Amino acid sequence: MELRENIAGNEPFPGIVHETPGGGIVVSTFDSVINWARSNSLWPLSFATSCCGIEMMSTASAKYDFSRFGFEVARASPRQADVIIIAGTIVNKMAPVLKRLYDQMADPKYVIAMGACAISGGPFFYNTYSVVKGADHIIPVDVYIPGCPPRPEALLHSLISLQEKIKLGMTREQIRGEFKG
Amino acid sequence: MTNEEIKEYISSIAPAASFDETGEWLNVIIESTQLKPTMAALRTGKMQMNYLFCLTCVDFKTHLTMVYHLSATTHRQSIVIKSNLNREQAVIETVCDIWRTAEFLEREVFEMFGVDFTNHPDLRKLILEDDFKGYPLRKDFEDPINMIKL
Amino acid sequence: MYNQTEILKDTSELGAEGELVINMGPQHPATHGVLHLVVTLNGETIKKIEPHLGYIHRSIEKMCESLTYRQFIYVTSRMDYLSSHINNLGCALLVEKGMAIEVPDRAKYVRVILSELTRIASHELWLGAMAMDLGAFTPFFYAFREREMITDIMEDTCGARLTMNYIVPGGLMYDIHPDFQKKVKAFITQFKSKVNEYEDLVTNNVIFQSRTKGVGILSAEDAISYGCTGPVARASGVSCDIRKIYPYEVYDKVEFDEVLETAGDSFARYMVRVKEMNQSIRIIEQLIDNIPEGDFVGKTKNVLKLPKGEFYTRVETARGELGVFVVSEGGTTPHRIKFRSPGFSNLSVLNHIAAGSKIGDLMASMGTLDLVIPDIDR
Repeated sequence: MELRENIAGNEPFPGIVHETPGGGIVVSTFDSVINWARSNSLWPLSFATSCCGIEMMSTASAKYDFSRFGFEVARASPRQADVIIIAGTIVNKMAPVLKRLYDQMADPKYVIAMGACAISGGPFFYNTYSVVKGADHIIPVDVYIPGCPPRPEALLHSLISLQEKIKLGMTREQIRGEFKG
Repeated sequence: MTNEEIKEYISSIAPAASFDETGEWLNVIIESTQLKPTMAALRTGKMQMNYLFCLTCVDFKTHLTMVYHLSATTHRQSIVIKSNLNREQAVIETVCDIWRTAEFLEREVFEMFGVDFTNHPDLRKLILEDDFKGYPLRKDFEDPINMIKL
Repeated sequence: MYNQTEILKDTSELGAEGELVINMGPQHPATHGVLHLVVTLNGETIKKIEPHLGYIHRSIEKMCESLTYRQFIYVTSRMDYLSSHINNLGCALLVEKGMAIEVPDRAKYVRVILSELTRIASHELWLGAMAMDLGAFTPFFYAFREREMITDIMEDTCGARLTMNYIVPGGLMYDIHPDFQKKVKAFITQFKSKVNEYEDLVTNNVIFQSRTKGVGILSAEDAISYGCTGPVARASGVSCDIRKIYPYEVYDKVEFDEVLETAGDSFARYMVRVKEMNQSIRIIEQLIDNIPEGDFVGKTKNVLKLPKGEFYTRVETARGELGVFVVSEGGTTPHRIKFRSPGFSNLSVLNHIAAGSKIGDLMASMGTLDLVIPDIDR
């Protein structure tokens, strides 16, 4: 919320509505309307390796429901998912599997790194021979959530921040897309 | 059964056994060649130890020691069987046919310490990657990339 | 940077015609974590299941050789994260046994109450997740309603919801919250009024019963030979509750029954866990009004050093017997730690009970084994 207000002003709907008799006309850019639609309907991939997965399940249940924000169904197959929430530690044996899952997802896709283990290896940083010290060694990450495990409200905040980032056009994917053409 | 009776019973099967009663349970140290007959006798003989609850290996810098914790569901007494192995050539007989739980436990000891179990039905890596080099839980395992210096 | 691990290397055993080898996992909604099963099928009948582990192997045993005796306790919270209090309690009991530290009574009572609350929370989550595997989505939300009440209590007292670092060698880290007893009593009243909902919704459901009765039968001798503990063994008639056989803390002063069933199938494992929840409520009711006043932690030195020797303690987690084995050379860090995890032995039974059945039965058997994979891989 703060990010959008600081940069673009606070408008609930992308576009300017002109009232005319018999209806109205909306003037906007395609990009803003598409970003607005995409951000409000992100379906996560159920990928939980360890303890943070339980907090993700708590966020999905009735007390801190995240389907109010559009994350309605958690798909099991990466071909049908938009966002992958890496909840848990990534180890050397799991790294190629994660890369393969990310490659199988269709564009546009976003990544959230949840918990200290996915950000930088977490409590398993020293003296371990098998932990990848951060999921961004494998795939590019958009939002990082600190905590061990983070509270469900923190996960909700990060999901809303991801939505804001998409509406502003500032995720990695959109920036790379702009430079290409 | 008291400790004396157990000591007599085990000495009759494996004469070279030594005993250590400083810990909580009776520790029996036997040769690695005598392991299989002793374990079979403990399982089917009068002690009826049908529950193997912990199987592991410890690396003292000069040698390796296999540790087996046994118990029985009838009389709930526990004993600990130990066996010393050579570091360069660590070979010992498997106990899979006596207790089925040893299948997975021995695979784990094989990949972490490099102990070879003869007659094991399926001895290969369980937890580490297939191309992992070295035996991680040995004391001389060094990995400069991951900062292990113990 | 990382080698591509070939998921399916062993193609020499592709047997007769009509046999198909498929991978379940590592990313799968029903394996509850990262378990990779290589299943050999003939049509829909399973011939052989082989678990491949190691996708969450965080080398905890090697890491603990560089942590002091006050630090290694909290790494075990992340091992079997659904019974984190009980894991911490096992490690603290080991340090107290090795150094002969006195624990005051107030700390003992609160530790047992927290352990039983953790056990109920773990069984609630198991119930929701297992029902979801079999296709019923509603019990998941009902189970999380009760679990949220318990995590609320934990948050007030311990400061965290899931990995609560609250138990230290000698007692507790700080005193309990003033509202602790009131909230626990409110939880007990709510739980007792809602427990009939689970009966109506899941236990008496015809579809659930026909999917779990007679499925995945495990006999008592096999359970002992494979080293199973906890509800998996108790459903086959093996009496193995550590709280009754080798009591620790105040378990010898409270009255509760050990729940045993004889059928050994998935329905028996389900009933054992549901009845265990009721027994845990009984234990909490006996203790919650009688917490003695006094200190919450005993006197310990700042730097803990265990004497030279070997020590072993065992506690009953929600999944079975957790054993902690420490070899100490007299220093501030352990020479070798081994965690005897309950899930490791419970998983080895899977090939035995599911070979010869169908894939739908595999889901029921795996759900009732209640595996938490970080506990298996350590």
